[in-house]
Amino acid sequence: MSAREEMLDRVRRAAAVRPVDVVVRRGYRQADDDPWDTAKLVDVLVDRLVDYKAGVVRCDEAGVAGAITDVLRRHAAPDAVVPVGFPDAWLPGDVGIVRDLPPLTAPQLDAVASVVTTSAVAIAETGTIVLDSGPGMGRRALTLVPDLHVVVVRETDIVRGVPEALLRLDPRLPLTWISGPSATSDIELNRVEGVHGPRRLEVVVAR
Amino acid sequence: MTAPVFLGLPTAPRGVGGLRGDEAFPAAAQRALGDAQLRANLGRATSTIREKRARAVGEVPDWAALREAGAALKDDVLANLDSYLVQLEEQVVARGGVVHWARDAGEANAIVTRLVKAAGADEVVKVKSMATQEIGLNEALEAAGIAAWETDLAELIVQLGHDRPSHILVPAIHRNRAEIREIFVREMVRAGRPAPEGLTDDPAALAEAARLHLREKFLRARVAVSGANFAVAETGTLGVVESEGNGRMCLTLPRTLITVMGIEKVVPSWRDLEVFLQLLPRSSTGERMNPYTSMWTGVTPGDGPQEFHLVLLDNGRTATLADPDGRAALRCIRCSACLNVCPVYERTGGHAYGSVYPGPIGAVLSPQLTGVADNDSLPFASSLCGACYDVCPVAIDIPSILVHLRSRVVESKAHGVPTAEAATMRALSRTMSDARLWRTALRGSRAGRLVSRRGRIRLRLPFLSRWTATRDLPAPPAQSFRDWWASRGGAS
Repeated sequence: MSAREEMLDRVRRAAAVRPVDVVVRRGYRQADDDPWDTAKLVDVLVDRLVDYKAGVVRCDEAGVAGAITDVLRRHAAPDAVVPVGFPDAWLPGDVGIVRDLPPLTAPQLDAVASVVTTSAVAIAETGTIVLDSGPGMGRRALTLVPDLHVVVVRETDIVRGVPEALLRLDPRLPLTWISGPSATSDIELNRVEGVHGPRRLEVVVAR
Repeated sequence: MTAPVFLGLPTAPRGVGGLRGDEAFPAAAQRALGDAQLRANLGRATSTIREKRARAVGEVPDWAALREAGAALKDDVLANLDSYLVQLEEQVVARGGVVHWARDAGEANAIVTRLVKAAGADEVVKVKSMATQEIGLNEALEAAGIAAWETDLAELIVQLGHDRPSHILVPAIHRNRAEIREIFVREMVRAGRPAPEGLTDDPAALAEAARLHLREKFLRARVAVSGANFAVAETGTLGVVESEGNGRMCLTLPRTLITVMGIEKVVPSWRDLEVFLQLLPRSSTGERMNPYTSMWTGVTPGDGPQEFHLVLLDNGRTATLADPDGRAALRCIRCSACLNVCPVYERTGGHAYGSVYPGPIGAVLSPQLTGVADNDSLPFASSLCGACYDVCPVAIDIPSILVHLRSRVVESKAHGVPTAEAATMRALSRTMSDARLWRTALRGSRAGRLVSRRGRIRLRLPFLSRWTATRDLPAPPAQSFRDWWASRGGAS
């Protein structure tokens, strides 16, 4: 018998010992139950992000380019990777724009100071921003190797909780869920921000 | 390698992996209890995380319902595991991945070693993974001339310190910052980029040292090995939940990714993640959400590893599944909340349990994976206080399983003959229920003072050696409370 056949046979024999019929009751809050209005969604998201020690700037659609430019200047970042599909109107000024065309090698990415992206969904309750590698987000390595990640969240992309976010996401795409800058609690269980991923996360929330 | 059998199903084989210790829990625990530094480190760390968890869970009004759904979903997985595994395999293969089946640790190690060699690599970067700790993958790779670099900060501390993990989430929880600094200064130079000059024991500086040390390894790695927190049968999606970004590095940069996953990690549908992604981070690190979660389905052209292998591991899980009174241990999502609240774990630390799965969940999981004969002291490594059950996000009734496993241990030893321990318990019950007998017994116990040293009795009674070997007794007082009460004119 192959390992596969034998393991499946073992599973069937084991589960047949006093088998149980299971009923899954979903008594918890479901997607779109008790929705929040935009003001609350934004407030809670910002509160969570600040708690994670992410930077937050709020602006209207026309102010996005300026907001990103300011953030990059504040961090003295000379250049930024910008993925394909990032809106031209949001491109920051005064900074070297690096395109992932042809794809950058990991050492090349390591030499760029920052990355600027859009986002797919943001979860207010948990302060989570999800990237799905769609237009403006690019492949996963882009938002991982540079030390500063500036991400634009549109207010219309903010949802209340995890159930709503899963409904909006496509599991066939590579997904990265980001809740604050990289962190560790491995030394005496005290949280330290900034290990291997971007040590600084700056969020631009756009109306 | 031999594997004991439970109900005809093989358990994890002997001679490979990290499920069995060198000594029984009581002896190891006694030594750990003498280590004041260890107790101080553990006490500080566990009280910090207990408070954080309580706060994170307290702000979720539907926590009880999430917990109930989490338990039921896992029970559904266990009841229909064959069909979910086949479905998962179909989906992963349809999306360009390769699925391997490993009956035990040895088979899993051989598969991974072969895949690494086929990729032409002599080193791998690793995401923290309990499954690979369980099968002893690093040792197997090393024996094949392949260097396995642990990239989680705590795993790095353990690996550089030639140490063993002592906690499911924070394997270096037994080390404080000064010890970590010493390990980095002494050992990083031998494994690659040395620790920075003048490194202090500030946690931020230590984290920075790890970042610098590991970055060159991430950037050049061609193969990564990970575990998985879940695999969605419906879509073939794998997920890894982490904090530091070392997981993202491993899951994104190398060309080849090999994921080793226990078969019980499968979840039925994409939607079910709404339960586990709420339960896990709050129970584990006490955060609303962990900093990074990566999800991938097979291979995505132009993004991340272009070769993906999923190794499905049994290694005693089906033997565990075969025990209807113990199988709920397979619901475990490895959050470690039960360790952090356990009064026994807090005092002994994780090493005393011998297995890579320590604490309350380890005490119910390890003996089932190996068969109770090989971890026969672990079901007794608990005071049955029930704190572990209260915090478990998938409602594993650990105390009840412990009691059940105790009876399995006793059965496996006694084969129907009453043990001295059982006979003593019966005699004690008779004595304590009779006032005259009890008074006589108390007076007789004063003889115990003759064999005590520094107020403790460490006597080993031959016919009760299993009982007395694991328990010190305080020396009896010179006068019993009853006699003292009578001497003050009270009624006896």
